[in-house]
Amino acid sequence: METTDIGLWGVPLAILGGAIRVSTPFIFVSLGEAITERSGRINLGLEGILVFGAMTAYAVAYLTNSPWLGVLAAMATGAAFGLFHGWICKFPKVNDIAIGIALMLFGSGLAFFFGKPFIQPSAPDLPAIPLGWWSSIPQVQAALSVNVLFILGAALAVLLWWAFRNTRAGLILRVVGDSSDAARAMGLNPDTVRLLATAVGGAFAAVGGAYLSLYYPGSWNEGISSGQGLMAVALVIFARWNPLGCFAAALLFGGAGALGPALQSVGVTQGYYLFYAAPYILTLLIMIATSSPGRTLAGAPGELSITK
Amino acid sequence: MLPQFMISRRRFIKSSAAAGALGLAGAGLPLGAARAAEATIGFIYVGPKDDFGYNQAHAEGAAFLKTLEGVSIVEEENVPETVDVQKTMESMINLDGATLIFPTSFGYFDPHMLAMAAKFPDIQFRHCGGMWTEGKHPKNTGSYFGYIGQGQYLNGIVAGHTSKSKKIGFVAAKPIPQVLLNINSFLLGARAVDPAITCQVIFTGEWSLAVKEAEATNALIDQGVDVVTCHVDSPKVVVETAAGRGAFVCGYHANQAPLAPEKYLTGAEWNWANVYKMYVEKLLAGEDLPNFTRGGLADGFVKMSPLGPAVTETARTQFDDTLAEIMKGGFSVIKGPLKNNKGDVVAAEGQSFPETAPELEGMDYLVEGVVGSTS
Amino acid sequence: MTDIASRPAPGFQSPALSAALEWLARRAEGVVIPLAALVVGMALFSVFIALIGKSPTQLYELMWRGGFGSWFSIQNTLSRAAPLLLAALCVALPARLGLVVIGGEGAIVLGGVAAAAVAVPLAGAPSFVGIALMGIAAMLAGGLWIGAVGALRHYRAVNETISSLLMAYIAIALMNHLVEGPLRDPASLNKPSTHTIDPAFVVGPIPGMDVHWGLVVGIVACVAAWVLIEKTRWGFAARIAGGNVRAAQVQGLAVGPLIVGFCALAGGFAGLAGMIEVSAVQGNANGSLAAGYGYTGILVAFLARQNPLAIIPVAILLGGIDASGGLLQRRMDLPDATVQVLQGMIFLVILVSDTLYGRFKAFNPDLWKRSA
Repeated sequence: METTDIGLWGVPLAILGGAIRVSTPFIFVSLGEAITERSGRINLGLEGILVFGAMTAYAVAYLTNSPWLGVLAAMATGAAFGLFHGWICKFPKVNDIAIGIALMLFGSGLAFFFGKPFIQPSAPDLPAIPLGWWSSIPQVQAALSVNVLFILGAALAVLLWWAFRNTRAGLILRVVGDSSDAARAMGLNPDTVRLLATAVGGAFAAVGGAYLSLYYPGSWNEGISSGQGLMAVALVIFARWNPLGCFAAALLFGGAGALGPALQSVGVTQGYYLFYAAPYILTLLIMIATSSPGRTLAGAPGELSITK
Repeated sequence: MLPQFMISRRRFIKSSAAAGALGLAGAGLPLGAARAAEATIGFIYVGPKDDFGYNQAHAEGAAFLKTLEGVSIVEEENVPETVDVQKTMESMINLDGATLIFPTSFGYFDPHMLAMAAKFPDIQFRHCGGMWTEGKHPKNTGSYFGYIGQGQYLNGIVAGHTSKSKKIGFVAAKPIPQVLLNINSFLLGARAVDPAITCQVIFTGEWSLAVKEAEATNALIDQGVDVVTCHVDSPKVVVETAAGRGAFVCGYHANQAPLAPEKYLTGAEWNWANVYKMYVEKLLAGEDLPNFTRGGLADGFVKMSPLGPAVTETARTQFDDTLAEIMKGGFSVIKGPLKNNKGDVVAAEGQSFPETAPELEGMDYLVEGVVGSTS
Repeated sequence: MTDIASRPAPGFQSPALSAALEWLARRAEGVVIPLAALVVGMALFSVFIALIGKSPTQLYELMWRGGFGSWFSIQNTLSRAAPLLLAALCVALPARLGLVVIGGEGAIVLGGVAAAAVAVPLAGAPSFVGIALMGIAAMLAGGLWIGAVGALRHYRAVNETISSLLMAYIAIALMNHLVEGPLRDPASLNKPSTHTIDPAFVVGPIPGMDVHWGLVVGIVACVAAWVLIEKTRWGFAARIAGGNVRAAQVQGLAVGPLIVGFCALAGGFAGLAGMIEVSAVQGNANGSLAAGYGYTGILVAFLARQNPLAIIPVAILLGGIDASGGLLQRRMDLPDATVQVLQGMIFLVILVSDTLYGRFKAFNPDLWKRSA
């Protein structure tokens, strides 16, 4: 291994690299949740789906020796969990937030239960694309070694942003999310739309899990997720249900998360707990700065229970 | 029936009588009486039993005990260091009839295990990592631990020979004595090869935090570190991430060579089966269990992973020589003259702290050459 | 479930008896439906257990023994339920105003740190002074933390769900920083902690029991919260504001102070849970304060349908499942995750059963009359 001393340049580089490496699960979960929430439902259970997706992806990748089959299998399980959530919440008086919390417990419990035999073996990783080939500095090459899922996530964010505005499906989603009555008047069945939106959201969240177990950090164990699924759900509100905003928020969160280790590596070693809180503090400050009193959240779907 | 079994049975009857007196009538009898074990031993883990690290090392020791005659093992994983662990111990005693309990996480010691020891004076408690002190802690408790810093010293020697950048790295959970001793030992081992080597440490703040451990490993390698080791509960992520970036790794807790066969140099592993076997043999023989147990490589508490393919001949020679030295006993990793990384003297010229020195278990500094801070 | 409906024939009975039956029927709904859901959830879990080749009968026998079957098990259950009572109130009180606060964990850890911090200079003070001041410090810390969430919500329109979650992470980082840095007792070797509190400040067990006073504090707090919500004008105002902020403002209600006040009180309760954890269990503040009680509290509150009185039985149910979980691991060789799956299944079914409210004639005396 060649090394080049990059000194303090390591900090911005780590933030860039961290943003790319760490953000992918946040991107997928928050994009999935954006679809779900746009339809007027909230699924707090994506954390459980993410963990189950991580386990499924790892297990299937190990058994079939194909990481991509792992991702597909994870998507299938995520969609199944999403359908389940969507179906239950169809019943009157059932609280979608509460079901989400129970699903979080149920999904991770099942994942830990069935994941026991897959903790020891090593599964094949997802491939990365070396976008840093132009640089001779190994650190830059490493930071720009970008996983395919990250690129897919970025493309998906743009696609969804466009689709929400310009496609019939996007219109239906928004109408249903803003008013069930208006949707019914248009001859739409809100429950069906929400069912599908939650299923797609679940599938995306599971891809986020697959990224964790198959790429970064790239192993399956019970501590694989440190709450990324829950945090990503919160980021959707932060991003005001805008897919591009979700992408940006995920990058911000990943980059700020890299700050703590990077600062220690260049010798800024005191108070690292506070640096580790940087993503949370930063997000909170931005929220406070960009919210304003006297009006509801711009872009909030009218039927969403959490912002009503 | 052999006399030693009578003793343990008598102990057991006494304890269940005590339980009855506390108003626990009926609960004192073990439900699983049908299994006719002579001694029931409880193991409590803070994380999952199969974490490829700390808890797995203990669970493997427990699994070894299951092969012994006359022993029945009860285990509980993911037990937090709250009232939960007190109730788990109590439940093992009341409902399972456990007479010896191994709470394996440091945070179980005070106040949790001490509270239970006071409540159940006839039950034996042996704790991993604690500092049992004569006169301060009850007689029915005790602690055991291994001088695994020796293993990190040997890791450091191999790392020192392997590093080209003269920068080695350490991913650590929290700045506590057990971890600080490992970091210092790792660097001092490397400095025994080349005094110009420095060790960069990154604290993640938690015992198990996969993404942060991976980020820490990447940050170290970005700064030119080319050999990495760690002290977190599950070293799997650090080993795989470092090897993926082309750096060499030294393992910890267990043998992680299968995760990175080319890049794995060696590793400091626990060998708890030995320790648990000693306790159980004494228990079955009706002897008193020791209260303060420590041991290192020479005592079979700790072992080294086999050297990997990347280890050079000169490194191997120095590794073997040092290992032989350590096996004689009384080896001092920390010896003067030695300063901490703030410039204060921690060991004067001629002063040395052999493995058995109690000061080492209260370590609160990082030695000169380690880049990092203890708070 | 419908047999109650077939029995009463209002015309033939005395008005007093009929009134009593009506009263009973209205209240029975909230008990019968969740209990039936619990049974269904457990039946579903039996299928799961049978599918993985274990015996459901053994499982439930062990769960009964581990959670409720003996005096020891009952105390075990109650000990585990104690912190959940206060943690759940941190969700249930803001819920009355329509707020979803999920960051009680932050108030718990900061309450614990505050209590431990004031206990150090107070060492030597009389027991009740020490305990009272620790409790006040904890309630202030927790109250400020969640009160700030409420203030951000009302005065800056910052969504309380995210801000409370973010602030929980920040609080835990702050706690770790303080416990391992400025407040650390140098003698706390491998488990960084603050200085251990004066033994006089320890909240001991309830006489005759092996459960600390935190249980009583929690129950009293739940009852007080219920009285506040159901029987006072603040509770009434909160309910109106929770339904529609503008309508409440039109009626001249001070919505801002109401939101901040309820949130602060909720945070104060969570902070108190942290103080009890320090004073009755840990003896100092350390990383174990972040044991997840705040998150479990969310579940408890939602299962209790945000009713403070219902929090009590729900917390005990959770405590019991938790208490018996260990026995399942030990006796049936099941991993810890089994209990999580069981909890997930039971809670899902109980939450789905919300849809049954109002669907049974038996629980609705108005319908009896109409049909009669």
